[in-house]
Amino acid sequence: MRKVIKNSVLMTSILAIGLAGCSESADGGADASDITVCWAAWDPASALTELSKEFTAESGVEVNFELVPWTNFADRMLNELNSRGQLCDIMIGDSQWIGSGATYGHYVQLNEFFDAEGISMGDFLPTAVDAYSAWPKGTDNYYALPAMGDALGWVYRKDWFERPEIKEAFKAETGRELTVPTTQTELAEVAKFFQGREIDGKTVYGAAMYSERGSEGITMGVTGAMYPWGVTFEKNKGKYDLDGAVNSPAAVEALNFYKDMFKATTPPGHTNAYMVENLDAYKSGQVAMQQNWFAFFPGIVKDEAVGGDTSGFFANPGQNIEASVLGGQGMSVVAYSEKQDAALQYMKWFAKPEVQAKWWELGGYSVHNAVVQADDFAESTPFAGEFSKAMSSVQDFWQEPTYAELMQASQKRFHDFVVADKGTAQEALDQLKDDWTKILAADGKIEE
Amino acid sequence: MSNNNITKDTPGLRGLSDKSLAWLFITPTIILLLAINIFPLIWTIYLSFTDYRSNQPGREIEWVGLENYRDVLTSPDVWGYMQTTASFVISTMLIQVAIGFALAMFINKNFKGNSLLTTIILIPMMLSPAVVGTFWTYLYQPQTGVFSYIIDFFADVGPLDMIGSVDLAPWAIVIVDTWMWTPYIMLLCLAGLRSIPEYLYEAAEIDRANALQKFWYITLPRILPFLMLAVLFRGIENFKMFDMVVSLTSGGPGSITELASINLKREAFENWKTGYSSAFATILFVTVFGLGSIYVKALNKVKS
Repeated sequence: MRKVIKNSVLMTSILAIGLAGCSESADGGADASDITVCWAAWDPASALTELSKEFTAESGVEVNFELVPWTNFADRMLNELNSRGQLCDIMIGDSQWIGSGATYGHYVQLNEFFDAEGISMGDFLPTAVDAYSAWPKGTDNYYALPAMGDALGWVYRKDWFERPEIKEAFKAETGRELTVPTTQTELAEVAKFFQGREIDGKTVYGAAMYSERGSEGITMGVTGAMYPWGVTFEKNKGKYDLDGAVNSPAAVEALNFYKDMFKATTPPGHTNAYMVENLDAYKSGQVAMQQNWFAFFPGIVKDEAVGGDTSGFFANPGQNIEASVLGGQGMSVVAYSEKQDAALQYMKWFAKPEVQAKWWELGGYSVHNAVVQADDFAESTPFAGEFSKAMSSVQDFWQEPTYAELMQASQKRFHDFVVADKGTAQEALDQLKDDWTKILAADGKIEE
Repeated sequence: MSNNNITKDTPGLRGLSDKSLAWLFITPTIILLLAINIFPLIWTIYLSFTDYRSNQPGREIEWVGLENYRDVLTSPDVWGYMQTTASFVISTMLIQVAIGFALAMFINKNFKGNSLLTTIILIPMMLSPAVVGTFWTYLYQPQTGVFSYIIDFFADVGPLDMIGSVDLAPWAIVIVDTWMWTPYIMLLCLAGLRSIPEYLYEAAEIDRANALQKFWYITLPRILPFLMLAVLFRGIENFKMFDMVVSLTSGGPGSITELASINLKREAFENWKTGYSSAFATILFVTVFGLGSIYVKALNKVKS
């Protein structure tokens, strides 16, 4: 018996020493050996993985990536932040998360760090700084470094647009030349022209448009029509006076336009489609045009089937005004990370102009002035000029702390009307105004 | 001999009575049950009376009384989701019971390949609902899907958009659920059919009963408790159906296939309205529990 007790004490001591050792080694490696960057699983993340190898070579800090498919990205990462998880040291979060990230203390405020390290927000595009970094809007409180600029654009089959027989048919049908659409009305006209047309023995369709229900897809698509119609969510910015703004006659017209174009020009079964489904429809030669984020365009240029001169690119066309939808993400340090020093070291490295230039070369969308204002920027890729044009007129969805709720409301109302034919555009927007009013009132922003 | 050895090696158990020993064995299970089931249930009921939001942990929790219950019960959207859920449960139950029972009658006969056919029929229910939902999206694809092709081949209706059409989407989820879970009903019915003593049919033969009379007076009453049990299990499962429908339609088009559980998940983990969604969950729990209790009473009556 005495022997058993003796052995137990010995084993317990060994276990305790072992655990203490493990814990010490974990702490010791916390700031020096590795960091984890959380982002969506897509092409730009592959580019950043490649780029980050240079940081590892310089600093000795390994950069791990936690990449989640877009459809689950917001769910998974917002859950991580809300539960104060320590998985991510750096979060490359959507622009709309900045409000909740700052308000609920998920992100570290970066002003002191920027000042100490000589990182100036004046070195980045002002629209990007406002969209990705500042909260509240219009202030100099920064919670992110602009990491990945992005906007909604369009890709078209340049080879089809250039075929004489197609050009002729288009002119005969519409009385004008087949050119890249410059307005939303022209966009719909071109898409309708291609719908159901026989090209190379195959039936093709007009356009792949966003219609996804679960995350943010259809809202991004619909706002791609609303912003060019001059629609804003508030009558006076920052006053949350929604009535007469989000449900204005212009908003009704834009929503009806989106629905008409969606019903008349998308391929069969394209009723729950977002980025990947649009890419698939386009790359498989089903559609003449696709609506998608600029972030995917480097991949299209390199694509075997539709790359090179086969495809052309244009910014989201204007209507009453020039406007596109903001995409993209800022880079934030997670407040719950135990490796904040290493994370900030990574951010400092990423902000360097030479690293930003390399980032653009690899397929990432830098918004650093040294890159986007360089003389040869517009010619650096087939879509660079259109990217600059789009970024100059981007508008974003709500960035309020309650953004997820506001988004879910618009997803429901837009999908109900556009895809499920429920009610009228006016009814959908009136209901959306009521939903948003309730959400903002519950958050103390307005009196209901 | 071996019992003596056990007693020698475990001197601590020597003085325990049978009752104490029983408690010793079931206590860990009770603790686990309390921790995993009962405590969360009580906690959920408590949260349903508050304005708690799990994405704002630092915020003070306010007691709001019955406000969340009022919001849930007066929301036209929630009633819409409940109607969708009820339609889904009722239609799947009716179709699955009819097909499952017919299949069981068929499989119950002795023929060559019976075992192989039973195994093949049972395969769908062994798959994960999320996987089933995902691969049926491909089968339903209007341009390349096999389902659409077959329907078009026989009915010449062109590409059939099962998931995107407002009229067809509710049927799309019913078809997949039926494909997946009819074998389960069949299995229970088969167990019922095989438990009917052969001598009852022999006696009926002597009384010159025809096939319909044998079915009506022997088979149906004997199998009814099994059928009702199958309906109870599947009814509860389909009332809380989530994964298969989310991977198939995400609740769309619009909210046509948005079942109550899908909306509950949106409210709880996308809108972070924890108090509201706790009230919604409690209402769903009471509904299932209440309907289940009434049903079990009816089942006992049938059995007796």
